[in-house]
Formats: sequence, structure tokens, C-alpha cells
Amino acid sequence: MGETLRELLIIAIGSALVSNVVLSQFYGLCPFLGVSKQLKTASGMGIAVIFVITLASLVSGAIYQFILQRFHIEYLRTIVFILVIAALVQFVEMFLKKKIPALYQSLGVFLPLITTNCAVLGTALTNVQKEYNILYGVVNGFATAGGFAIAICILAGIREKMQYNDIPKPFQGMPIVLVTAGLMAIAFCGFSGLL
Amino acid sequence: MSKEKEMTAGKVFFNGLIKENPTFVLMLGMCPTLAVTTSAINGFGMGMTTMVVLTMSNIIISMLRGIIPDKVRIPAFIVIIASFVTIVGQFLEAYIPALNDALGMFIPLIVVNCIILGRAEAFASKNNFILSMFDGLGMGLGFTVALTCIGLVRELLGAHKIFGISFAELAAMIGAGEGVTGWLQSQSPIAIFVMAPGAFFVLAALTAIQNVVRSKKEQRGEKTKIQSGCSHDCMNCGDSACEHRFYDPDGKDCAVGR
Repeated sequence: MGETLRELLIIAIGSALVSNVVLSQFYGLCPFLGVSKQLKTASGMGIAVIFVITLASLVSGAIYQFILQRFHIEYLRTIVFILVIAALVQFVEMFLKKKIPALYQSLGVFLPLITTNCAVLGTALTNVQKEYNILYGVVNGFATAGGFAIAICILAGIREKMQYNDIPKPFQGMPIVLVTAGLMAIAFCGFSGLL
Repeated sequence: MSKEKEMTAGKVFFNGLIKENPTFVLMLGMCPTLAVTTSAINGFGMGMTTMVVLTMSNIIISMLRGIIPDKVRIPAFIVIIASFVTIVGQFLEAYIPALNDALGMFIPLIVVNCIILGRAEAFASKNNFILSMFDGLGMGLGFTVALTCIGLVRELLGAHKIFGISFAELAAMIGAGEGVTGWLQSQSPIAIFVMAPGAFFVLAALTAIQNVVRSKKEQRGEKTKIQSGCSHDCMNCGDSACEHRFYDPDGKDCAVGR
């Protein structure tokens, strides 16, 4: 039991900080750069991503273990996972709209945008590649998405402050955001000594 | 008649390669662009793999464009694309395992590369299969060229290598003296450029150049808005010139063409 917890903690820290999903793995750059203009929307996006990736890790892990592995059709995982994720997001959206409107108000707008986000599929496939079981996969998914939320919130905070800065004209807009992301990536390199 | 068709096919091809280059102009597919360009060869391999998938899926989607109902077109496109990605992935695993290892997770992730779904939506679902094939080839080749160039820059600065050959080896090859070779060996590269942060810096420089070019064009009064390549999903659209691109806090998420 203690051993399992220790392993899970190592996986979680590794996925959230050491090999951060956007800053060192480069999954999910589009929302990272696109939705990080304001802290409020960025945190909403972060929470929605945590929600979807954790759920997708659970469902894809279960499908892989109980269906794909059982019938020896592992090579179909890319097709199956992307369809499952797309259907799952649609379903979650409908469910929230109907049952928990308050949560839908805050997360709903982000959900359809996450479907084709490569972080979701990437995490599902990483879980399979590293041969995690369902529990490990869910923890890894949650931690990965947590890392995404941390990164997008930091970037949004910096961008809010940066709005009033005098930036050279060619670097206005996307370039300065990328430079900021690069500096953040350097900072996150510092976590590599953690494990 | 047939000559006219060829003309159009050529135009479509060069449109993808230069005028609407997916990386430098449309800014699509940024995740693989940053992740796999640690060397020119990796960039080239990723570009070629994407080109094959893009061309094949463009051909099939354009042939099926009359059959797929409009409402389920996106899932249908995704299934077609995912099938080709699986085939190409299996092929690479069997015949070019080194490249397969280097690209890793980014081969299955071609499925969610916005270039492919974007071209399916913007071009292949509206045009015949010959034009779609050339669009796929042009866009794919444009992506390959861009990735190879970025990989080359990062390799040059970050590892002092060109296509995997170090400067010192290169100097020895062209017959430079002992002094030159030794001096080149003693120089340490800027290692950060092959690491993750370097990717962001190279892309930042690239977009800054693009901004300068665009503002010059605007001063001359030329049209800078890119017409095609804009699909409905803004979150996966890298076109930084698009004004609807960012999420609108008033509750209406970005809605191009809606």
C-alpha cells in the first residue's frame, strides 16, 4: 500500500511539474496560447481540462484493458480513443447542461473546444504506452491536467500584467507570449532535479 | 481542358507550399512543430509522415464528399484520418523504427493535428480529388519544409550540427586544418535551443518576422487576411491574425463564420 502511494506520488509530481504537459511535452499548445489572455478564463479552461482529462483517462483506460486488450486489437487504440473522447465530451456537455447548470455555466463553453486538444489524446496514449493500470492512469491524467492548469494560470497572470508594457512592435501579440512561455519553460526545467 | 486543370492543380500545390504555408503563414499544427524539431532530420520525418496522412485523407474525403452527411462530417473525417494515421504508424514501426522512436507520441497525435482536419474541412470537402491531392501534397510539403528549417536552426545553434553531422566533422570533411577543427570542437553550443524553451524562442522569432512582413504588406495596402484554412474550431486554429481567435469573456466563444 505504502509502495503504491509512493509510486503514485512520483507519477503525479513527474507529470505535473517535471515533465509539464505544455512546457516540456508540447501537448495542448493551442488552448495554452489561445485562452490565456485573462486569468479568469484561463482558470476556467484549466478546470475544464482537469475534468475532461481525468475522465478520459478513466474511460480510455477501462476500454483498453477490458475491450482492446481482451480481443487483441491494441493497434486500433488511436481510432477508438479519439472517438471515445469526442463522444465523452459531448455527453458530459449534455449531462452538465441538464443536471448541473451552475457548473455548465462556468465550464460549458470550454468543453467543445477541448475535444480535439492533443493533450487529452496524448495523455490517454501515454497511459497505455507506459502500461499504467486504470488507477495509475487516472492519477497520471489528473496530474498532467493539473500541470496544464498551473501553466496556463501562470501565463495568464503574466499576460495580464504585461498588457501595459511597452513591447517592441514586431513582438506585440503572439511573439511576446511565446517568449514568456519559453522563460516559463526554463523555470520549469528547474523541477527536473526534484525526482 | 486538361491543361487548364493542371494549371489549377499546380496553383493549389504552390499555394500550400508557399503562399499559405501551414506553419509560417497559417500557423497551424504548432504542437508537433515545437516538439519534434530538435533536429532537422526529425522535423523532416514528421513533415513527411504528416504529408502522407494529409494527402491520403484529402483524397478519400474528397471522394466521399457527396456521400458523408453534413451533420456527421467531423466524426467521419476523424475516423478516416485516424485510420490513415494508424496505417502509417504501423508502417513506420515496422520499417523505420528509429524515426518511430524519435517522433514517439506525435505520430498518433497526427490525428488531432489541426492542419489535417482544417484542410479536410476547408478544402477536401469542397473540391474534387485531384485538386485535393495536390492541396495535400502542397500543404504537406510546406509543413515539411517549415519543420526542416526550424529543426535546422535549432540543431545549428543548439548542437552545432547540420543534419546530424557536427561542425568539426564537416570541417574535417572539406579538408580544413587541424586548428580550425580543434577550434570548432572547443566551442560549446547554446544547448537551450535543443531543449524545450528553445522551441518557444525560435517560434517567437518566427512570428515576430511574420508580424513585420504583415505590417509591411498592410502599409502597402495589400490584403493580409487569409481566406482558407480557417475551420470552425478556433481553439485549434493558430492563425494569430484572426480577430475572432480569442475566447470572448461575454459568454460567446469565438465563432468564425457563424
